[in-house]
Amino acid sequence: MTTTAIDAGSRVDEDTAGEQLFNELIAQDSRIEPRDWMPADYRKALTRQISQHAHSEIIGMQPEANWITRAPSLKRKAVLMAKVQDEAGHGLYLYSAAETLGTPRDKMTEDLIAGKARYSSIFNYPVRTWADIGAIGWLVDGAAICNQVPLCRASYGPYGRAMVRVCKEESFHQRQGFEILLELANGTPEQRAMAQDAVNRWYAPSLMMFGPPDEDSPNSQKSMEWKIKRFSNDELRSRFVGMMVEQVKVLGLELPDKEIRYNDETGRWEHGPLDWNEFKEVLAGRGPCNAQRMERRREAHEDGAWVREAAAAYAEKQALKYAQAA
Amino acid sequence: MSEANASATRITPGNALRPEDIALLETKPADAVAQYALGLGDDALILAQRLGWWISRAPELEEDVALGNIALDQIGHARSFLTYAGRAWDKTEDDLAYFRREPEFRSVHLVEQPNGDFARTIARQFVVALYQWELYSRLVDSSDPTLAAIAAKAVKEVDYHRDHSIQWILRLAQGTDESRRRMIAGLKLTWPYVEELFTDHPLIDELGDVAARPSSLRPSFDEAVKLVLDEAELELPDVPGAIGGGRQGLHSEHLGYILAELQVLAREYPGASW
Amino acid sequence: MTGGSTTGDDGAKAPSSGPQEPRAAWPLWEVFVRSSRGLSHVHAGSLHAPDAQMAVRNARDLYTRRNEGVSLWVVPATSIVTSDPDSKDQFFESPQGKDYRHATYYTKSEGVKHL
Repeated sequence: MTTTAIDAGSRVDEDTAGEQLFNELIAQDSRIEPRDWMPADYRKALTRQISQHAHSEIIGMQPEANWITRAPSLKRKAVLMAKVQDEAGHGLYLYSAAETLGTPRDKMTEDLIAGKARYSSIFNYPVRTWADIGAIGWLVDGAAICNQVPLCRASYGPYGRAMVRVCKEESFHQRQGFEILLELANGTPEQRAMAQDAVNRWYAPSLMMFGPPDEDSPNSQKSMEWKIKRFSNDELRSRFVGMMVEQVKVLGLELPDKEIRYNDETGRWEHGPLDWNEFKEVLAGRGPCNAQRMERRREAHEDGAWVREAAAAYAEKQALKYAQAA
Repeated sequence: MSEANASATRITPGNALRPEDIALLETKPADAVAQYALGLGDDALILAQRLGWWISRAPELEEDVALGNIALDQIGHARSFLTYAGRAWDKTEDDLAYFRREPEFRSVHLVEQPNGDFARTIARQFVVALYQWELYSRLVDSSDPTLAAIAAKAVKEVDYHRDHSIQWILRLAQGTDESRRRMIAGLKLTWPYVEELFTDHPLIDELGDVAARPSSLRPSFDEAVKLVLDEAELELPDVPGAIGGGRQGLHSEHLGYILAELQVLAREYPGASW
Repeated sequence: MTGGSTTGDDGAKAPSSGPQEPRAAWPLWEVFVRSSRGLSHVHAGSLHAPDAQMAVRNARDLYTRRNEGVSLWVVPATSIVTSDPDSKDQFFESPQGKDYRHATYYTKSEGVKHL
């Protein structure tokens, strides 16, 4: 929009009209699209959430990619490759949704490798055994899907559309994880122990993926008013626990939580205490793998710079050639 | 191609052949045919193993996805060839991939070469893709219907790999001074291993119309290479060919490490199912 | 202003890019996928690529991994001209009230076959 000093007065009117329309659209449960007027805080909150989500997909490739070369059967190798590759795709869908809010991907990547942006802290835990690949698919992707399904209806159009695509593709991610665990649980005693150990280690971190308890989550309220989020952290976490309680029976394994119970009064599943101190520590960069994950992302980006430059230079030369020939 | 042989299987035109389908085949390949399939399968397997490393490390996210697709295609071809070869000896694809020792592998040295930088990987991709395209284009007419069916699916996929590598050769060769220098270096490191691809090994004489004679693929390969290098204003690397021997089980020093990583988990838990 | 270049979806402003040193960042392309013969190309999302040839290849790799398409379009995001959301009323209000453009407006002929 061209705004000059003379326009300043009408600009204020435009903003008021814009805000009114924005509020109406949100109230009607309609969608906000990229060129619509939106409050600066809405744009900022969305940019932060979508880019963090994208970063999580991209950093999240690493723990699993580490096992591609060691996958214990060719079928599992192919499945794992496809899954990690999907995660790159999901990162791309999300970056492209975030870009519609005005921040170029470049800038988001820079923020990530400069340590200025966050990503899901679950990926700062090490993947110790093959069973972890199963537990990640079942618990981590399971929690992610639980979180993401309501986001398909997020008030910001491009985010919702990206999430629809992501959710559709991720359904196989959780199933393949579940099947890895099922196979191990029915295997040799050693394999079974390996599966239980992985579930023990990934259970609590996956519950913490839903974010801090509602009373400690100041941003949530605003996000729900804007209909970006549809359910509170605790609500989603409880729903997830309920699903896992049933699924773990099929695996013949146990969740490492003796306090899980269904509360008839609240209609919610409850779980044992979670170590939020650890969560904060990992988020603050003191997880076992924070430095390693960042280093690898930075290395890939920096090592790739000459390739990106070469392709850009070639495109420019070709364009010049065509222009001269014309 | 005999239609009768294909009856109980999905080996019909238009159907994408999957390794699971091949495992159900009733026909067993002759030992020589199985040995031949083993070589092609090992090439694809080792290449997929190398390419898989790039996923999460590529120069740009779009390229993570592209290299991932190529690796997935190759692992698919490997599984089909190995499953078919295994039929001869009552072994599964995984028995062959995870429980053979280095001298029992039949891969060529080219696919064992390190990834190096992106230019070196592209140089390797360029040679492999052009070679595999010539090879599978001919194998489509193999007198062995299973090999023909595997090749029919693979040739389309490899055609895309060929295109991918050519696009990158052009961009790296004519992008910046640095990329050109790296592309030239990558080709130079790769070229010694071209000769082995087109060397006729004794097995070929036993196979007749089942196989494509490696030496017969060379002229069209050379022609295709020249076209691309000319467009990229690159010269054919002037380096002597390396003595190969991969098809006889004589490998580069790299293969041991590749197999150590590939096989470690499966061998740590023998008898486990995954 | 009724037009202007956009990036992203039906999107935000593109950073102006004049002639400059080759930069490592690749431009943005919008991707349209035809899911099967007989249907239109539908906007699927965007991606980055150095040029048109790579853009269409990246689109194939990114947006058709699960047989989603039989044909692709890629368009530089900066080439898309959108209607101005602020002129939405002058652009899109007019058809309202012109119910006679819809078959449902004509109620007297209801029940007449093949009409």
